[in-house]
Amino acid sequence: MSTTVATGPAEVAGHTTDPDAPLLEVTDLRVEFRMRHGTVVANDSVSYALEAGETLAILGESGSGKSVSAQAIMGIIDSPPGFIAGGSVRYRGVELLTMPEKQRRTIRANHIAMIFQDALTALNPVFSVGFQIAEMYRVHQGVSKKEATEKAIELLDRVKIPAARERIDHYPHEFSGGMRQRVMIAMALALNPAVLIADEPTTALDVTVQAQVMQLLKELQQDTGMGLILITHDLGVVAEVADRVSVMYAGRIVETGSIQDIYERPRHPYTLGLMESLPSMDSRGTRLEPIPGSPPDLQNRPTGCAFHPRCRMARPRCATDDPPLLTIEGAGRSSACHYHEEVHLERG
Amino acid sequence: MSAVEIERTGHDFRESPDEPVLRVEGLVKHFPIRQGVVIKRQVGAVQAVDGVSFDLKQGETLGLVGESGCGKSTVARTLMRLQEPTAGKAFYKGRDIFDLGKGDLRRIRREIQMIFQDPYASLNPRMTVGDIVGEPWEIHPDVLPKAERRHRVGELLELVGLNPNHLNRYPHQFSGGQRQRVGVARALALNPSVIICDEPVSALDVSVQAQVVNLLEDIQDEFGLSYIFIAHDLSVVRHISDRVAVMYLGKIVEIGDADEIYNAPTHPYTQALLSAAPKPDPSARDDVNRIILEGDVPNPADPPSGCNFRTRCWKADDLCAREEPLLETHGVGGHPSACHYAELRSTDVA
Repeated sequence: MSTTVATGPAEVAGHTTDPDAPLLEVTDLRVEFRMRHGTVVANDSVSYALEAGETLAILGESGSGKSVSAQAIMGIIDSPPGFIAGGSVRYRGVELLTMPEKQRRTIRANHIAMIFQDALTALNPVFSVGFQIAEMYRVHQGVSKKEATEKAIELLDRVKIPAARERIDHYPHEFSGGMRQRVMIAMALALNPAVLIADEPTTALDVTVQAQVMQLLKELQQDTGMGLILITHDLGVVAEVADRVSVMYAGRIVETGSIQDIYERPRHPYTLGLMESLPSMDSRGTRLEPIPGSPPDLQNRPTGCAFHPRCRMARPRCATDDPPLLTIEGAGRSSACHYHEEVHLERG
Repeated sequence: MSAVEIERTGHDFRESPDEPVLRVEGLVKHFPIRQGVVIKRQVGAVQAVDGVSFDLKQGETLGLVGESGCGKSTVARTLMRLQEPTAGKAFYKGRDIFDLGKGDLRRIRREIQMIFQDPYASLNPRMTVGDIVGEPWEIHPDVLPKAERRHRVGELLELVGLNPNHLNRYPHQFSGGQRQRVGVARALALNPSVIICDEPVSALDVSVQAQVVNLLEDIQDEFGLSYIFIAHDLSVVRHISDRVAVMYLGKIVEIGDADEIYNAPTHPYTQALLSAAPKPDPSARDDVNRIILEGDVPNPADPPSGCNFRTRCWKADDLCAREEPLLETHGVGGHPSACHYAELRSTDVA
């Protein structure tokens, strides 16, 4: 099995790639869910880019729309009610959103793969895990059943499932949570994708198992040079693995930056508020500093800056003027706050 | 916090102040595994809780941490007698909770209340928030005369930071954090002295978690409540707890003051657990001293011989397979630890 994908093929699903384009680029993506009682804009002007070997974290709370752009990349948004109302998703320069479904399938299998939070529901309960992994090879590479099974065993070995040869005939329910997540990672990596999207991959796992799985993902990334998009709400997990971070709030990216930038010099009051609401190792006996209120309902998005009702820095302008995401301090660093220069003064 | 005054009834704290509010001794809960169609035979038992003992002092918070399946929620449920224990004793102010008749049990239950993890599942969607918070008085009518109840519901809602005029609303009209506040108000309705919080903030968003943690600390100060705080999030437990008990596969493996457990853990499992927890600090990344355990928690229906943790422990040897280590104080750490080889980590000593 080849273990490097950093330099991919010059052709993707029949389209010529652009060698200068980022591995994956999402530009001004807008996703709407059109429901009977109104339209919810789940993603609004969402843009980010991913390079090979890099880990981009998309950090957000429930309902922030952090998973929606990933679903748009994969082409798995339920439609209706979901519609991609604008923007583009390019893989090596090739536009995915206008691609026919048949070509999309090739991309999904061979180039971009995704793993989900709940491995038990993502795996088919009536087939053995070996069958499900081998299926990837049989369908996409047309290899024989025997060869596919051998490859599946090799893969289970690679994600460190003990006694892979015996366990290949087991069914998903016979695996523990951590082992199931490994099976899912194995399936996602079967065809050496260049991009792996991990949507809350360790949220359902215990701390000690979570550490194992994150370690595994890191090692696999180093081996293959794949780009990783990590979608999570967990500031701890982000701090451990991400190179860059995009923080989402109410369907938009409110801040982007390198991992050090985001944690050491947040430039959006929401990011700062998240950091400060975490209990730290020496916060005992002191009061925590929560963000007041709760995340907005996207159907009743506040006017102006969506964060202003909860923001301690808010001024009259914030309730009327919607702050755009603007580049600050150079490339890759942006904030959607009118007063981003003052955020660090708030830091207690 | 509002100045609402809640009249405390039926409490007698004139007993000696050092006497624990709750003393649990040798709590065991085994769930039988049965086989057979007509004649069901017991073929084994899931040893969910296997000999757990601890004290809870007045006004104190005891954190109970451990991974899923370690038995921490089963401890909570048996203390509430939502499940009958297999063996053991639990004394609430000197009376054994497990040895009470229906009437006495009912009287003691109002002293020990519970807050649940899922604020969506633990509130009846067809009842108004006012009815939910007031329901405990239907079962314990002598706590508060009927005429005062509606007023008290408003006071309780205000106390937990909700608008008292919202008592006719339904749970779905509230956010997750607000719902958890309703759960707190309901737990306070009977003026308990102990509240068992079973993962009270795990289902909440990070920005809202801190609000509920602050609320729990405020009402504890106001009413002198004792908490058993069950959670898997180590930093939240550290923040709120005075003492911490670490559980693994049905047993407490280490117990002590929060500072001791977090700064000077002597049990390898505690050390691994603390080391594995992701820290929200990018500069702590690639810590060479990080312990990443191998494998999974063993099946509680078939626990290993000797020490439960030996199958994943890097220190394990023949002794660990032969002899179960007792939870006792060793020369190091100054607090009980159930390991034959209890010692500080070399990195913690430095």
